[in-house]
Formats: sequence, structure tokens, C-alpha cells
Amino acid sequence: MFATGLDWAAWAVAVPLVGALLAGLLPRLGPVLGLVFGLLTALAVAGAVMGVWHEGPVRAGLGGWDVPLGIALSLDGLAALMLAMTAVVGLAVSIYALGYLRSSQTRGKFWALWLWLWASMNALFLSGDVFNIYVTLELVGLAAVALTALSGGAAALGAAMRYLLVSLLGSLAYLMGVALLYGGYGVLDLAALGAAMEPDKVSRLAAVLMTVGLLMKTALFPLHVWLPPAHGSAPAPVSAVLSALVVKASFYLILRLWLDVFPVLTVPGFELFMGALGAGALLWGSLLALRAARLKQVVAYSTVAQLGYLFLVFPLMAVTPGAWQAVVFFALAHACAKATVFLAAGSLQKAAGHDRLAQLGAVMRKEPVTVFAFGIAGASLVGLPLTGGFIAKWLLVDVALQGHAWGWASLVLAGGLLAGGYVFRVLGHAFGRGSVNPDHRPVPAVMVWSTLVLALVSVALGFAGAASLELLALHGGRT
Amino acid sequence: MNASWLLIFILMSSLVPGLLIFFLREESHGLRTALNLGGAGLKLILVGYLLLGVQRGDVYELRAVLLPGVELVLAADSLSLLFATLSTLLWFVTTIYAVGYLEGSPNHSRFFGFFSLCVSATVGIAFSGNLITFLIFYEILTLATWPLVVHRGTAQSLRAGRLYLAYTLAGGALLLAAMVWLALLAGSGDFKPGGYLMGLEQEFPTQLKLIFAMLVAGFGVKAALVPLHSWLPRAMVAPAPVSALLHAVAVVKAGAFGIVRVVDDVYGLTLVLELGLDLPLMAAAVITIVYGSVRALFADDIKRRLAFSTVSQVSYIVLGVALAGPLGAVGGLVHLVHQGLMKITLFFCAGNFAETLHIHKVSELKGVGRRMPLTMLAFTLGALGMIGAPPLAGFISKWYLGLGALQMEQHWVLAALVVSSLLNAAYFLPPVIRGWFGRREEPWHDEHMKHHRFETHWMLLGPTLFVAAVAVAAGVLAGMPYSPLDWVSLIVEREYAPTGGGL
Repeated sequence: MFATGLDWAAWAVAVPLVGALLAGLLPRLGPVLGLVFGLLTALAVAGAVMGVWHEGPVRAGLGGWDVPLGIALSLDGLAALMLAMTAVVGLAVSIYALGYLRSSQTRGKFWALWLWLWASMNALFLSGDVFNIYVTLELVGLAAVALTALSGGAAALGAAMRYLLVSLLGSLAYLMGVALLYGGYGVLDLAALGAAMEPDKVSRLAAVLMTVGLLMKTALFPLHVWLPPAHGSAPAPVSAVLSALVVKASFYLILRLWLDVFPVLTVPGFELFMGALGAGALLWGSLLALRAARLKQVVAYSTVAQLGYLFLVFPLMAVTPGAWQAVVFFALAHACAKATVFLAAGSLQKAAGHDRLAQLGAVMRKEPVTVFAFGIAGASLVGLPLTGGFIAKWLLVDVALQGHAWGWASLVLAGGLLAGGYVFRVLGHAFGRGSVNPDHRPVPAVMVWSTLVLALVSVALGFAGAASLELLALHGGRT
Repeated sequence: MNASWLLIFILMSSLVPGLLIFFLREESHGLRTALNLGGAGLKLILVGYLLLGVQRGDVYELRAVLLPGVELVLAADSLSLLFATLSTLLWFVTTIYAVGYLEGSPNHSRFFGFFSLCVSATVGIAFSGNLITFLIFYEILTLATWPLVVHRGTAQSLRAGRLYLAYTLAGGALLLAAMVWLALLAGSGDFKPGGYLMGLEQEFPTQLKLIFAMLVAGFGVKAALVPLHSWLPRAMVAPAPVSALLHAVAVVKAGAFGIVRVVDDVYGLTLVLELGLDLPLMAAAVITIVYGSVRALFADDIKRRLAFSTVSQVSYIVLGVALAGPLGAVGGLVHLVHQGLMKITLFFCAGNFAETLHIHKVSELKGVGRRMPLTMLAFTLGALGMIGAPPLAGFISKWYLGLGALQMEQHWVLAALVVSSLLNAAYFLPPVIRGWFGRREEPWHDEHMKHHRFETHWMLLGPTLFVAAVAVAAGVLAGMPYSPLDWVSLIVEREYAPTGGGL
């Protein structure tokens, strides 16, 4: 039988799940299993993306059982793009991790947890009803917390504990919202809920609970305080995945809900409020990134800042309905760039044995390729050409100006300049004069080159704008 | 294969060697120099071939879709070639100079890698066929020059680098906003003589004026229009070949070239006149010309004086296009080349003085004419050219600018030109006079460069004399075919053909 996009999508969940089980049973084979199942997952994702491209959005019950009995999978352009983003970043991170994780103890746990996380994220992107989303959300959260705690040590455990609390609290709020919706409408399916949605009090309460829960997991300012310690203290491949993908997963859900389910519920001032939070994140995160003394902290605060852009989707959509596509493209560009930056930071930390910026100069001069990758990805974060970040910035300014939203356009540009501040602050150390570090440990080649390749993906994204928008236009229309 | 791929090859001829150089080991001097000069030489040949093609009237154009309605366009018209030829020629000589200059200092691979990226970006700017393509290369240029500015790694150069980035990134952000806005009003059209905005002035006069101001300000950062110029004198901490390239072809010229493109090929002269944008632009240029000259007068450091002179001289180009008449345009565009040639001569000379005898200040130049006569001769020719002494290149520029001012009946501009020439003389003649006629009492500093046959290292002296000779030739032989003036006349004829102005 000819495999459809949806079959491929189901494989994209099943393959990493099997991989996770095997890696859990055979921890010694972790790296091999991780690489093989990572590649297979990426292949399945490619099939799913091609399927959407050719056949348009699809949805179906798993194994022929449709709602309300079975589990429905739904695949459209947005979900496909998220799958692809996860696959590209995930593959690069997997290869990087081969070199990064040397001690056998963490290595055994890492691969099982990471493949589990990957499977859960793919399932999350493909879920078509609010309860399944809850389940996948919990799975993603638990896997992410476990990965954060992986490096051991008091700092990592403390950060993981805090992350766990926030994550559980967020899921709980979300689940309460789901209960309210189910009580009110008797359905869980996204499309059915969207069609039935009435702007009454219960629905509003549900929307607030679900959104706040997801905002906590997305670490939107001022709910961001758990993120920098968690992302800053985790091993580099984990930081990359958390910053690039995991926060995007909960953002994806917010976007999905407000695109397909809740649009009738918007009240005046809501968009502005969300936009203001985004602006706060952008300014506050950038400020802290400009002041942070450690490299990984700079990058983590940069994530706090850049997440602010994502929430401009609300005010921008109020003036230009198509604005969400620009924001999704931004999320894509940010994922690739931020993962690269975290991987590069991890390499430098490995080489130097610490990540204090002030003493990192000598190591940076010894690792030009890593610094070069950092520079390219940094340029994408700033929004300089020829990178995905530039196209994203162009699109954001474009939708803002289309709606005559001068303030938001200026904010987008100002955010780019602030990013320039902290990116070049780091790069400046590579040019400074300083003594040579005596105990410099060379970075394994597999780490250097996987980082560089991911950086080049950022450049490739600079040419993928048109194709991505075309894919995103294949939205909704689920049958 | 399509002939338009020539444009890609020209870009690649410096990009590929540049990227390869990054991966070379520090010790492989021979291979690095071979890659550098090979790329530079190949580019020179390819540009020469393109030059013949464009003169025949061949069309070179490549397009790729970036976003719906937004295209990346590479195209070669006669104006592109003016800029491309200049940068290719000067890159070649500056590479030789830089190899000699940096001998014995660390981080060569990094330096030459970014040096090549910088030239690729400049040539990309020359071949940009629309505003967004221009912006892309313009921002890449910012990225590629920053490592060169901070190359020495001292606290001072890192500070200068920060200032440079703060100015240029902010300018880039302004340009992005202006270009998106313009694309919303008029679509993203290609550069074409006479512009592509005609007809919109009825509906959006205020918007168009505002966008024009944003574009000029954004490009004005790199063109060092007052008050956006203060990064330039500080960026002088960079090594001399970098300063030379920054001032003569790359950064500053990219800004000026952007303004030329906006006035000539986006708005078009008719629209600029109709919206009354010529006068403010002219005023900005004249203020910059006079202000830069006055500041140069009070700078004792040679490179700093040259930097303020650049601030002043680059605005002649802006003034020329702002005059919005054919003769003024000839003056402005030809100055794009002339200023480049003369300024690179002066910077090479300053580098020679600094490297050979540790002279950094005008007051230390006394008697240097006896010790380094050839360099001093080149310096004198460059300085006289800048002042505008006939028949040197600067004179040709100023002559056409003056004629342009008279043609458009802007007599006050003529007065400004006279004042600025007097100021030029006031700050360029003292070093010349001191160098030839001053007498040095104490012996020269320890000379740290190995040079037995010539007054300094041959790789420093050769390029200096070569560019000085080209600068002189550009003036003396201005009437010959293929001289800058001849080529500029061709551009202006094509530009003004629709509106019927003549020379």
C-alpha cells in the first residue's frame, strides 16, 4: 500500500518511541541506537512533510478508530513544519551528543530520555484533541525535567526541581481547562471544539487556565525565572533541545488553540496584554543577557528575550491575520540558531573547563570553527542576512507595517539591535588579547562539525522563506 | 551555460578563497598569498570581461525568489561596473600591501579570510539589482568588516568595533524598516534609471518623503554624513590596509553608492525634484563637506586627519547626485572613483610612514621627504589631487560639480565648493610642506622593517606608487576612452536619456 503523509507521521512517533525503549533496555548501545533511530525518525518526518506538501492537511484515527473512541492524528502545514524543525535540530544534537557525552553513566540515560522526548514532541505536534495534548504535554515535561537533572550536581538538581514544579503546575492548569471544556461541550477534538465554541464564562475561564498553564511552560516573562538556571546548567545537547524545541512545543499549543479553538473568545485588550508581555520579555531578557557573566547564561537569557517575539503574534494577528506565519517562521529560525549557539557554547565550555566569559578569549581563539558557527547563528539571532533570522525579521516588520503597527515594528528592530549587543559582546572576546590557556582540551571533531552544519542550516533557512510560507498556508481544512 | 553566471563567478572568486583561507594553518604563508592573489587576479580578469560585455549592451541578470514578491536580484549595469571595477582593482593592490604590512604579526588567516569576505560583499553591493539585495550585501559587509576593525584586539580597537557596530546595525535596522515600507507601497522593484516610483507621489507624498529620509539616514551612517559620522575616525585603530579599504572602496563608498542608487534608480531624479528632496540632501552634503574639513584641520594624527577628510570628500558624491542634473551627476559619480584612488594613496603613505619610521602625527613629518622621497611624492600627488589642483583627478570632480551647480542654478553650492577647497588646502598643504622643506634635528627611530634596496618594504612601496600613478592618470588622461570620466559620462547619458538632458 502507498504510504500517506499520515502513515509517515505515525512512524515519526513510533520510531523514536521504540528507540527509547531499546536504549533504556540496552544502555550500552545508546549512541548507536540514538543515531540509527534519529536518522529513521528524520526520514519518517521527511515523508510526512512531503505528504502534506502534495496531499494537503489530513487527519485520521489511529488504526482506523476515529474520535471519540480512538486517538486522532492530524497533520497540516504547521504541524509538519514543527516536525521538520524538531528533526533537523534533533539530528544535529544527536550527532553532537556522540562526542559530548563521554561518561558512560549519563550516556546510558541520555539516549533513552532524549528519544522519548523526541517521540513525545512529535506526538504533541500531531495530536488533534485537547486531552491527548495533555498527555503528550506531560510526557514532554517529564522527559525534559529528567534530562535537565542529568548532569547531577546540586545546581542541576535544584534547577530541575524548580522546572518540575513549574511544569506540573502548568500541566495542571491546562488539565483543569480541558475538564471545563469537556464539561461544557462534551467533545475534546480541536476542530469540533473550535466549531462549537461560544464566548461564555466557562469557556473563557478554560481558555485562561490553559493559556496560563502553557505560558508557564513556555517561560514567557514574567514566568521565565525557572528557565535560565535549567537551560544554563543542563549538559549542552540538553540545553540546545530545551531552548530550541521544548519551549516551542508549548508555544505551538498556544498558537494552535488560539488559531483553531479560541478565536471567538478574544476580548479587547487581550492582544495588547500579550504583546506587552512579549515586549517585556524582549527587553528584560536582552538586558540580563547583556549583563550575564557566563556564556551559557547569556544564551539562556537570550532565549527568554527571543521568546518575547513569539508573543507578538497576538497583537500582530489583530492587525494582519496572516501574521502567525511570520511568527512561526521566526520560531523555526530561532530554533536552529539557538541550538547552534548552545552547542557552540557547550564546546567552548568543554574546551576551557568553565564558561566564564572574561576568561574564555584564549579558548575561543583556539577553536575558530566553533566560534565561526557561533557567529553565523548569532547573526541569525540578530537578524542579519543571509540567515533565517533575517527573513524572519523582514516578515515580522512586513506584517507589522501592513497593519500600520509602528510600535511593534520598532520593537522587532530594537530587539535585533539588543541581540546584536549580546552576540557581539561574546564574539568580541575572541578578538581580545590575552594569555594562552594552558589546560585547553581540544573539542572532538564530531562536535565541531555538527555545530557548523547546524549553523549552515540557519543560512539555508535564509532561502527557505517562500517554501515555508507555502507549507504553512496548508492549514486547517481537516477532514 | 547562461552568461549571467559570470556574476556568480565574480562573487565566488573572492568568497571561495576567503573561506578556504579561514581553514589554513597560520604558517602556510605561501599558499595563503597564492590564494589571495589568485582570487584577486581572477576577479580582475572576470570584471574586465564583464566590462566589455556591458559596454556592448549585453544584459546580465540572475534572480531567485526569497519570499513571495521579494526577489534576490543580481544584475550588472554600467553603474555597478563603476563600483565593481574600482573595488576589484583596489582589492588587488591592497592585498599586496596587506601581505607586506602584516608580515610578522599574528592571525593572518583570520585577517585575510574576512578581508576577502569584505570584498565579496562590496562586489555584491555593486551587482545588487534591487534594494533588498543591496541590504543583504550591505549587512554582510558590516559583519565582515567588524573583525577587521577589532583585529588588533586592544581595548581601544574593541571599543571602536562596538561603536562601529552600534552605528551600522542601527542604520541597517532603519534601512530594513524603510525597505519593507517601500515594498508595501510600491512592490519590490528592480533598480532602473529614472526609478520605479513614478505615479505614487500623488497618493503617498508624505510617506515617500519619510521613506527617503530613512533610506538616506540608513545609508548615511556608512557614508559618514554628519551627524552620523563619529564611528569613522574611531575606526582608525584598524590596520592601515583596512582603513584604506574602508575609506576608499568598501564601507564608506557602499553608503554613498546606496544613496546614489536611491536617488537615481529608486526614486528617480524627476521624483526627487518633484518632492523637493534635492535641497535637504544637498544641505546635508554641504554641511558634511564643510564640517569634515574643519575637523580635519584640527587633527594632528595623520590617520585621523585623513578620516575627517574622508567624511568631507565622500559627501561630494552625495552632493553630485543631490544636484539632480547631468553635470552634477558626472561630478559626483566620477568622484566615487577619484576619491577612492586618491584616498587609498594617502592611506598607503600614512601606513608607510607609520610602519617604516613610526610617524603617526603631522607634526612629526618634518624632513621625511629626504628619507622617503617616493612615498612623500605619492602623498603630495594625493594631497594635491584632493585639494583639486588641475589637472589632477580631484580637479575634474570639482569642475563638474561646479558646472552642475551652475546648471541647476544653485549658486550657493559653488561658494561651498570654494570654501571646502580652501579648507582642503589648509589641512593638506602643511604636511606636504613640512615633509619636503622641514628639517629633522634628531635621527629617525629604529627602523623595524627589513628593506635594503628601497626606502621601505617593496610590498608597501609598490602598491603606493601604483595607486598614485593611477590616480594621476585618472586626472591627466580623463579625456581618454575607458577613463573614469568617460565611463561616468556613459552612465549619465543612459540615466538622462529618458528626460532628455545632455552633456
